[in-house]
Amino acid sequence: MDLNTKFTPETWPAHPERATMEAKNKFVGFWLFLGGETILFATLFATYMALKNKGPSGFGFTTQELYTLPLVFVMTMLLLTSSLTSVYAMYHLKSFNFKKMQLWLGLTALLGLGFLMLEVYEFSHYVQEGFTFSNSAFSSAFYTLVGTHGFHVAVGLVWITLLIFRNSKRGLNLYNATKYYTFSLYWHFIDVVWVFIFTVVYLMGVVG
Amino acid sequence: MSEVQMIKRSPAEQSLSQRRAKEAMRSQVAMFALMIFLTLVSFSMVFAHLNDVAGFSKFFIIPTLFLFAAVQVGLQLYYFMHMNEKGHGIPQMFMFTGAMLGFLIPLTFVTIVWW
Amino acid sequence: MSSVAQKSGFGATLWDWLTTVDHKKIGILYLLGGLFFFVLGGIEAMIIRLQLMTPNNDLVSAGLFNDLITMHGTTMIFLAAMPILFGFMNAIMPLQIGARDVAFPFINSLGFWMFAFGGLFLNISWLFGEVPDAGWTSYASLSLHSPGHGVDFYAIGLQIAGGGTLMAGINFLVTIINMRAPGMTYMRMPLFTWTTFVASAMILFAFPPLTVGLFFLTFDRMFSGNFFDHTMGGNTIIWEHIFWIFGHPEVYILILPAFGIFSEIFSVFSRKRLFGYTAMVFATVLIGFLGFMVWAHHMFTVGLGPTANAIFAVATMAIAVPTGVKIFNWLLTIWGGSIKVTTPMLYALGFIPSFVMGGVTGVMQGAAPLDYQLHDSYFIVAHFHYVIVGGVVLAIFAGLHYWWPKMFGTMLNELLGKITFVFFFVGFHMTFLIQHWLGFWGMPRRVWTFMDGQGWNIANLVSTIGALLMAIGFTVMLINIIMTTIKNERVGNDPWGDGRTLEWAIPSPPPFYNFPATPLVRGLDTLWIEKMEGSKEMITPAEPITDIHMPHGSIIPMLMTLGLFIAGFGAMFHQETSWGLGVLIFGLAFTFVAMAARSLKDDLGYYVTKEQILQDQENIKRGRN
Repeated sequence: MDLNTKFTPETWPAHPERATMEAKNKFVGFWLFLGGETILFATLFATYMALKNKGPSGFGFTTQELYTLPLVFVMTMLLLTSSLTSVYAMYHLKSFNFKKMQLWLGLTALLGLGFLMLEVYEFSHYVQEGFTFSNSAFSSAFYTLVGTHGFHVAVGLVWITLLIFRNSKRGLNLYNATKYYTFSLYWHFIDVVWVFIFTVVYLMGVVG
Repeated sequence: MSEVQMIKRSPAEQSLSQRRAKEAMRSQVAMFALMIFLTLVSFSMVFAHLNDVAGFSKFFIIPTLFLFAAVQVGLQLYYFMHMNEKGHGIPQMFMFTGAMLGFLIPLTFVTIVWW
Repeated sequence: MSSVAQKSGFGATLWDWLTTVDHKKIGILYLLGGLFFFVLGGIEAMIIRLQLMTPNNDLVSAGLFNDLITMHGTTMIFLAAMPILFGFMNAIMPLQIGARDVAFPFINSLGFWMFAFGGLFLNISWLFGEVPDAGWTSYASLSLHSPGHGVDFYAIGLQIAGGGTLMAGINFLVTIINMRAPGMTYMRMPLFTWTTFVASAMILFAFPPLTVGLFFLTFDRMFSGNFFDHTMGGNTIIWEHIFWIFGHPEVYILILPAFGIFSEIFSVFSRKRLFGYTAMVFATVLIGFLGFMVWAHHMFTVGLGPTANAIFAVATMAIAVPTGVKIFNWLLTIWGGSIKVTTPMLYALGFIPSFVMGGVTGVMQGAAPLDYQLHDSYFIVAHFHYVIVGGVVLAIFAGLHYWWPKMFGTMLNELLGKITFVFFFVGFHMTFLIQHWLGFWGMPRRVWTFMDGQGWNIANLVSTIGALLMAIGFTVMLINIIMTTIKNERVGNDPWGDGRTLEWAIPSPPPFYNFPATPLVRGLDTLWIEKMEGSKEMITPAEPITDIHMPHGSIIPMLMTLGLFIAGFGAMFHQETSWGLGVLIFGLAFTFVAMAARSLKDDLGYYVTKEQILQDQENIKRGRN
């Protein structure tokens, strides 16, 4: 495949993310990877559910008292919105509007960054209260589950930043269209996981 | 040499595909609104429960939370991740298998992990 | 390019193998790596058997014995059986579906190097003198309290190797989904390809739990986590669940490709279409599915309660049904066939009774009440060696003889092959059959030594002699391999003469682009159809010969893995040394830089020109005359 092939909105394929053989492979392979990630997070969730509120004798932390819902609500809104901005970016990917796509992806990254900073703030807040990683089985399970999600967000941010800057001067081609598309799949998957985290960890934790 | 054939759409075809894309984008935004709505309901149910505003029991709230989460995830997968489009048979098969095992593993961890 | 301007010399050859992304070369690397670890694991097994030859023996200390059994199990499962099967999958599966390469050649290479460095990491523990000693299952309470760095080597080494396995699994899946030749529908795929597909799907879903479990273990041991420490609210049963959610599918990941290999062999050497192809495919998928529903049968005696035990017992026994379907289909394939008893066929014939015995004892243990009696006894040892050795290892040896000509272009000696089989097969039954009774007589597994006068002496002696016979058989095979390589008598496309599938339609070993023109597949047993029609070229091309797109080789996969390898040592020593944390960060950064280099530099591959392919074809034809 030639990177110098110049497309116009009229010649841009309807499914640029799966136009070539390599692209089809990446597309399917990335979906399969997400299938595996489902199980990875399922195991983390399962462990969290089994270990929540468990600690050494005299352990004082419970889900009801620990979590602060307003913060979680703001984080949820940021991440959900970043999902929509990523959908807009893919809309522009398909209509061959590179500048707007980059813009929406930049916005996505900013929202993701906001989410991540709030998560860091949340964690440091808990640590200050004495709820450290090594403090109990509950804390280990909590930080590992939510932290793995946060790690995924961080990886996504690095990924999209590299993509945006690497391609800023080259515009869209069939080689990087798949990269952008798989990033957006990844980003939505992160959102899917977060939906379960705010439901199972925070909301259910607070309800008891 | 390129394995992709360049096919130029006529102006009519191009405007049709643009219109379709716009319509699809509108439905995406509608789905987003629905997701935000579900999230709001979830959070307000829990807030109300905490502050004793509405008298739902937690045995009603928890299943409802799960239901809303499942619907949201379905919307994400089928609309935002385009699983409703053609050519997604394999992704569907593997995501559903993953979801099934992903349900089974937490189920066993809350039932047969003894203390 | 690479075929015209090949540099020679040791350095160039080494560089070529370090950077290769060719699926056939990676297949050979997997095979050689796997055989190396197979020898290591075999030596460990021999020492175990020599220690247990006589009562009150003190050939090795009790601590060393624990090291040996742990490393024997871990090595054989993760570093020998799986990589060797991956070697076959890599070398053969793309040929069977008429593809030029796997879907992700770069990731293929990365997967191999992660296996190699993971295995190296695990075995470096011998040099440190701190070896994993908590059993291959590494149950948490025991593994948490194991002193020294032994279990750390286990956790990090398997983490690296497991990552490679996951990548290989995804790669095979995408290859089969996307890269089948025109006409190669799912229901025309050879059974080895089918079993590769199902086993890879199982890898995709089984390895993430292992990743998570190993991270938990790493956190608990090295980063003061509390997942399994009950004094901190943790729960050791969680490790058991996670391990077996991975571990049970793992044994099917091993046995399904073995089934695939035997299906090919039965059909070829009975010169008949595989009986009940559709049922075979269905049974494979069903076994794969049920394989995920039965993990708790390893935990019957944990005390999960009668309901859970009953559910898992029933699900376990259900697996016997599709497996039985397969056994009968193989028998009916042989029945009425024009049988040629070659070395691979000999292994296949030996496999059926051996594996059935292992399967039947499996159903016995599936009955939860009986399992309470059998648990942790030598009966268990006998059972899983009957399925793993009687199934997987026999398949590996069969496949090695069967596909050796396709991978290396030479034919292993048939007489030596049969001698190997006799020694190995007799030795295998001698070693493990008697262990069933040892179990009944009350001998617990994983014991360092036993007292005199319990009636176990003769049985243990017999078992050890059997193990020696297996070692002799394997040595004969190594001699066979060396002799064949030295003689170097080249063979043609289809040295067995009865090949039915596409890999036998092209030269042995195939040119690096496999097929000059993508083949057109017109039914199951593609090559057989061509043979029956008297076709001269043995392949109906689906397209004219054109330029072929090929990927560039790359050293980056090895560098990425090297970074992880370094980071592993950092993680292990970060608590007691000042440099550990730095090394950990350096290793991860190294990997990241390598990844970024890969990502930022566009690598679009290159084209093999049509002229060059035609020239190649010409050379091959001239070489034949």
